[in-house]
Amino acid sequence: MRTTILQTAITLLMPLFFLFSLYLLFRGHNEPGGGFIGGLTGGIAFVFHAMVFDSRVTRRLFRLNPVRLIAVGLFLAIFSGVIALFAGEPFLSSVWADFYLPVIGRPGTPIVFDIGVYLLVIGVVVQITFTMSTL
Amino acid sequence: MAINSEILLFPLLTPLVAAVISLFFWQSARYQRIVFLLGILIYLFASIRLMTWVWTHGYITYQGGNWPAPFGITFVADLLSAGMIALTAVLAVMSALYFEGGIKNSKVSNIFHPTLNFLIFGLTGAFLTGDIFNLYVWFEIMLVSSFVLFTLGGSRSQLEGSIKYVAINVVSSSLFLAGIGVVYGLTGSLNMAALAAKLPLVENQGLVTLASVFFIVSFGIKAAIFPLFFWLPASYHAPPLAVSSLIVGLLTKVGIYTMLRFFTLIFTTDTGYTHTILLILSGFTMVVGVLGAAAQIDFRKILSFHIVSQIGYMVMGLAVYTPMAIAGTIFFIMHNILVKTNLFLISGLVKETHGTYALKKLGGVYHTFPFLALLFAISAFSLTGVPPLSGFWGKFMLALGGLEAGQMAIVGISLFVSILTLFSMTKIWGEVFWKKLPESTSMIINRQEDLLRSRFLMVIPVLLLTAMILLLGLYSGPFVDYSMRAAEQLMDTEGYINAVFMR
Repeated sequence: MRTTILQTAITLLMPLFFLFSLYLLFRGHNEPGGGFIGGLTGGIAFVFHAMVFDSRVTRRLFRLNPVRLIAVGLFLAIFSGVIALFAGEPFLSSVWADFYLPVIGRPGTPIVFDIGVYLLVIGVVVQITFTMSTL
Repeated sequence: MAINSEILLFPLLTPLVAAVISLFFWQSARYQRIVFLLGILIYLFASIRLMTWVWTHGYITYQGGNWPAPFGITFVADLLSAGMIALTAVLAVMSALYFEGGIKNSKVSNIFHPTLNFLIFGLTGAFLTGDIFNLYVWFEIMLVSSFVLFTLGGSRSQLEGSIKYVAINVVSSSLFLAGIGVVYGLTGSLNMAALAAKLPLVENQGLVTLASVFFIVSFGIKAAIFPLFFWLPASYHAPPLAVSSLIVGLLTKVGIYTMLRFFTLIFTTDTGYTHTILLILSGFTMVVGVLGAAAQIDFRKILSFHIVSQIGYMVMGLAVYTPMAIAGTIFFIMHNILVKTNLFLISGLVKETHGTYALKKLGGVYHTFPFLALLFAISAFSLTGVPPLSGFWGKFMLALGGLEAGQMAIVGISLFVSILTLFSMTKIWGEVFWKKLPESTSMIINRQEDLLRSRFLMVIPVLLLTAMILLLGLYSGPFVDYSMRAAEQLMDTEGYINAVFMR
């Protein structure tokens, strides 16, 4: 599907996809959104890119090995649970910091977990796209 | 009890962390292998630690994220689940040694080791979870990993076996989900302890029994009981031997484990109905499995039909439903996992020397490899239940439990099936070990010293397993004690509920 219109549109829309996926990720704790949905939206950017260009071009754009992203995501998710153990709470309990960051609010382990899920989902979606497009 | 939750989490998280680390080493098969072996040893250590802790202190519970019991995610370790995890660990270490010894020169896919870790992760989760929906999720983790392991390599026969396996498991999972839906609709809870407390109070007990049938069928497919066992012999030969003995050996036992859990804890109100179904099914499973084995002419196929037959014994203990019979089931699971795996690994060694599993082309093993023949004989006698080996104690406990409960028919069937088991073991012995080597067969390895030297890492697990089988038979006291206490704990529903709700 090599059309100039779509190619131009996707190039322009990709940052928007990303921004929106990050927005979904960070609003997720108390409102609809979160790591999984955010990750899917972020992954869509690459799926479209691979569709209108070529998966080889997308691979160059993506640079990382998606499997590495999956591994980092899983690691972050486990790590967010282990923090609770150091705080003397059972595994996966929420631990909150006592300061506020602009935009994000009070950071805690749930956001670390969600970022982990976000990376994992992007990694999985992109890996599936790459694998299927090289068949 | 929350303080000790890390003892419970240690075996659960070890395979997950190992899987993540081996994903980081995506490109290097060598590092993946090192990570896997280290991970599995730590897992063994962690599971033994969990088992000894549960033995001395009783239940351990963990409430995920510190949310209290009926709302949060509960994990519970009792003697049965801790014992199953320890067995998983032993089996995983043995299979890993055997496998790593065997693939020295062949290339292995870089998804293999992470997936194996995820499989163990799923198994551990299924043994530990105290929530039926989570059990479903753990099953899915386990199944998806096993689908990957079944299809790796992508040869025609593998794909054929895998399609059967995937299809039957999709059916099983959807029935499981339907059962969960009914139970949730009746009680509004998914926590096993909460269900155990609430289900007897449900007015419409007919619906409870209906839900229990969903679970019987679903777990019956997983455990390969009659008439749902046909996927097992059909797909068993798909992956490499050590992997398939790990997958199928453990997946069927997870089915048995969940049955034990559900039908001693949750569905205990209408035992006259549910346990009678189980009793009839167990009888058929034993007989059909052993007759199926008698008809086979392939070393590995005979053994995989025997798995089916042995599953019947395990279900029988549950169906008889006395502490003694359930203890017999638990002892039998221990015995069976060790013996069956050992027989499979030996059949793999014979394949290494002769290059085939077909009985017609095999022969002369006793003459060339007397040591291998001895190892096989010990396991085979143990499987059939010749005293004083481990199978005898398991069957003895089952028969005793059955006689105490007055279930003469099933005891009679189980003893009769033992004789048939002996018959098909004799068939393997005669064809593979005693018969002269057919002239058309050319052997790959034809001296015992060569086998021991070149396949050193593959012989070690067989030796270790044989030692464990002998220990389990000749020094069975502690193991019988363990099973008895685990069975008493299973029958004590109140204790489980109190442990989960920390009363």
